[in-house]
Order: sequence, then C-alpha cells, then structure tokens
Amino acid sequence: MRKNNSLKLIVIPVFIFLFLPLFIIIVTSFGEKPTIQFPIEGFTLDWYANVFRVGGFLDSFWLSLRIAILATLLALLVGIPAAYAISRYKFPGRQVLKQFFLSPTIIPGVVVGFSLFQFIVITMQIPLFTGLLLGHFIISLPYIIRVVGSSLEQLDVSLEEASWTLGCTKQETFFKVVLPNISSGIYASFMLAFINSFNNIPVSQFLTGPGLTALPTTLMSYIEYNYNPTVSALSVMLMLLTIGLMVLIEKTLGLASIS
Amino acid sequence: MLNRKIPYIFVTPGLILLVVFLILPLVSIIWPTFYDGAFTFSNYAAFFDSSFNINIMWRTVKISLIVTLWTIVLGLPTAYYIAKANRKWRSLLMGLVLFPLLTNSVVRSFAWINLLGTNGVVNRILLAVGFIDEPIKMLYTEFAITIGSVYLFLPLMITTLVGILENIDEEMIEAAETLGANPWLAFIKVVLPLSIPGVLVGSTLVFTGTLTAYTTPQLLGGNQNMMMSTFLYQNAMTLGNWQQSGVIALIMIATTIIVMNLFNGIARVLDRRGGDLNA
Repeated sequence: MRKNNSLKLIVIPVFIFLFLPLFIIIVTSFGEKPTIQFPIEGFTLDWYANVFRVGGFLDSFWLSLRIAILATLLALLVGIPAAYAISRYKFPGRQVLKQFFLSPTIIPGVVVGFSLFQFIVITMQIPLFTGLLLGHFIISLPYIIRVVGSSLEQLDVSLEEASWTLGCTKQETFFKVVLPNISSGIYASFMLAFINSFNNIPVSQFLTGPGLTALPTTLMSYIEYNYNPTVSALSVMLMLLTIGLMVLIEKTLGLASIS
Repeated sequence: MLNRKIPYIFVTPGLILLVVFLILPLVSIIWPTFYDGAFTFSNYAAFFDSSFNINIMWRTVKISLIVTLWTIVLGLPTAYYIAKANRKWRSLLMGLVLFPLLTNSVVRSFAWINLLGTNGVVNRILLAVGFIDEPIKMLYTEFAITIGSVYLFLPLMITTLVGILENIDEEMIEAAETLGANPWLAFIKVVLPLSIPGVLVGSTLVFTGTLTAYTTPQLLGGNQNMMMSTFLYQNAMTLGNWQQSGVIALIMIATTIIVMNLFNGIARVLDRRGGDLNA
C-alpha cells in the first residue's frame, strides 16, 4: 500500500497532465467571446452550430469518413489473403514478404504523402480522391497484416485440417472455419486502421484540393488563420467521436484487444 | 502444382499495390537526388553544408531525445502503477490513457496553443500571481514542441510499458521489500531492470514518432522552429524545391531505420548479457 502511495506522487500529476489540456478545450467551447479564453465569460452553444456552418468542416468530415472506410476495406480485402498465405503456407520469401507488407510503418508519413503527391497526382495525373484513398490504404495495410496475422497464428491449424478431413474444400474451410474464427481480429484491425486513417495528417496534408480536404487537414489550416471557439467545439465533437468508438470497442472486443 | 501457386496468388494484389504506390513513388522522389545527368552526391553535400539545414536536423534529434527521456520518466511509474492495480481499476486507467492516444493529434496540439499562447492559461496564471510582469513567449518555441510532443507520445509509452510490466512477478518485488528495500529502492533495483526491454520498444516508437511527427511542430513550433517533417513540407509545397524534399525524405527514412536498428541492437546486447547471468 505504501508503495502505491509514493507512486501516486507521479501518477496523479501524469493524469492531470493528460486531461487538463483537454478539459480546458471543453470549457472554452462554451465561451461567448469571439476569441478563445479561459476562464470563459457567459455561456453559449453557438460555436457548435458554427462547426456546421463554416470552414467546410462538414464536407471534410464526410470525406474523411468515406476515405477511412474505403481504405480500410481495401486493406482488409488485400491484407487478409496475404496474412493467410504468410501464416499458413511455407514458401520462399515468406519472411521477406511479411516485412515488406509491414514496411509502410517505417516510412515517415510526410514522406509517404510527398511521394504520392509527386508520383500519383503530378506524374500519373490520377484523380486526387483515388490518390488519397491509396495513401490511406498504404498506411492501413500494416495494421491488417499484423493484427489478422496474429489472430491466424493463434488459430489452431488442426481445426482447418479437421474441416478438410470431413470433406470441405479449402475454399469452404476458409469461409466456414477460418474467417469466423478470426472475425474478432478482423474487427480489431478494422477499428485500428479506421481510427488511424481518420486521424491521419501527414499523408492527407499533401493530398488536398478544392472540395477534397480531409477533416484534420481542414481543422489544421483553420487553426492557422482563426483562433475562435469553433475549433474548441469541433475538438469536443471529435473527442465525443473517440469516446463513441472506444465504447463500441469495449462493448464488443474489450479495449485490451487494441492496446 | 496449383497448391504451390496459391500463396503467391494471395499475396500478389498487396504486392503490386505496394510496389506501384509506395516503392515507385519513393524511387521517383529519391532517384533525382542522386542523378542529374550523371551520378552525383552533390545534393547531399550541399544539404549538409548548410548550417541552416544542420540546425533543423540537430533540433529534430535533440527534441526527439528529450521527449523520449521525459516519456520514460513519466511513463514508467505510471505504467507500473496501472499494471499492478486491481483488474477493474486497471481497465479504467487503460481506458483513460487510450483516450488521448485515439484523439486526433490536431486536437491535442491545439490544447497546448490554449495553454502556452501569449493570452494563454499559463501566462494568465503567472501574471495573476505576480510571478511575471508581462506574458512570456512560450508558443512557437522549442519548448512548446517538446511539451506538445511529450503530451502526444506519453500515452503510447504507457500502453507499451503496461503490457511488459504486467508480466513482472509481484513476488520479486515483495522479496526485495522483505529483504529491506524501501518501495522506491525496490522499484529501481527490481522493476527498472526488468522493464528495460519494454522501455526500448517504447523508446523506438516515441523517438521515431517525434522524429517524423508533423502536426505538433507545425502548430506549436511555427516557422522559426522547423523540424525535419515541417521542413520537408515547406520545401515540397511552399518552395516547390522537390530535389531538396527528396534529400530530406531519404535522410528521414535513413534516420528512422538507424534509430530502430540501434535500439534493437541495444535490446539484443542486453538480452545476451541477461542470458549470461542466468547461465
């Protein structure tokens, strides 16, 4: 017990450090003054209404949502078979391939963004939406390979063997035995990749154009020119979104599965 | 016959997409930095010849190092506390740590604009208590980037460490305390050495994360305190100097790989020494 008490001397300040800045954002979102201040004067919900009116936040939100869902689905479509091949088949180059599929994590986000901007948008003239989608696909793929891969490692191969012995083809076994058994891994990797894509800045920052700007990029450029509680209000809404996702994960898999 | 082809069929779509949309673009930005009618290293020589560029590199490495150390100092005791708490308490605390981790980094950097600005919370408090006579400049400084980055990466360090610290046998600490070590000494002599593998994993993530982070230096550092990633962005999008951007990109990739291998190497050496002790 004494041990815990002396540790609290660090732990309590750490949690204050983690939450006080967010708490201040929440409070400032209700202030009446057109510039952010703390403590606030008066009380208003106008800034929340403002989020829907200015800065193109709403359009950006839908774009970010679409990109995150599509990129993650594409990553699942491509990543699940790859993870399956890597964990279930012995073939030359298996380890190298696994490292290769995880390699987007060692390339800095701004480098991925810049190279895609130059290659896809400038050189190949591919539409921006496709470029954004591909960029987010690339940063999502490692999550799928890693999380689905480890689900597959944990799944007993004898289950599949039993299914083959009982007359199922390889395809039937994959869809009836393997897929249902790794569904929680697929779900966890989807959530991780989705959150990561939705929050991504460095890649989106380079792939932006008229009417096609991801939400974090819109918010970032808004902050650079404006300092009013609209930013606080949108921040609070994003925090609520995070809480919503966390509750969803906790109710289904338990938060432990993604940490 | 078909059986042997199956794994290759399964990996092919991913392989093609990564080659075309990751590797080719990388080659297309890095190739021109070496080839200008003939092979040349002059772009790199020129880059390292400028004290302005060296300053940015040095600032990036320095801030990454300081941030890593702070996340260890603050993260280790916190992670230990969480790992040893009872089950209900632990999942609550883990949820609290995960929340900032999953919240957009623009929001988390914006939080520090409110705190550190000229009219920000910290200046107002310091003025109110008469500690200072006029606001001090904290925003758009290296200090702002550092504290913002510690704030950004501390949850990552804590979640990485909790996983490792959970596996430390409680009885070892009890043994140390029975043998007369006070809780802090037991922490330093028992928990600290056993947590080193986790600290190395966490440090790799935090160091390379700070090294390549874009949002925090952009929002809290301003133009006077660029880091490698904001410097790359400025060169690519504002100045249109793509050759220099390619040079910065390769330096960033190389630094990331060097740092990862360095930390892995340290982990391996320590592992071997641990093995020898047991033998």
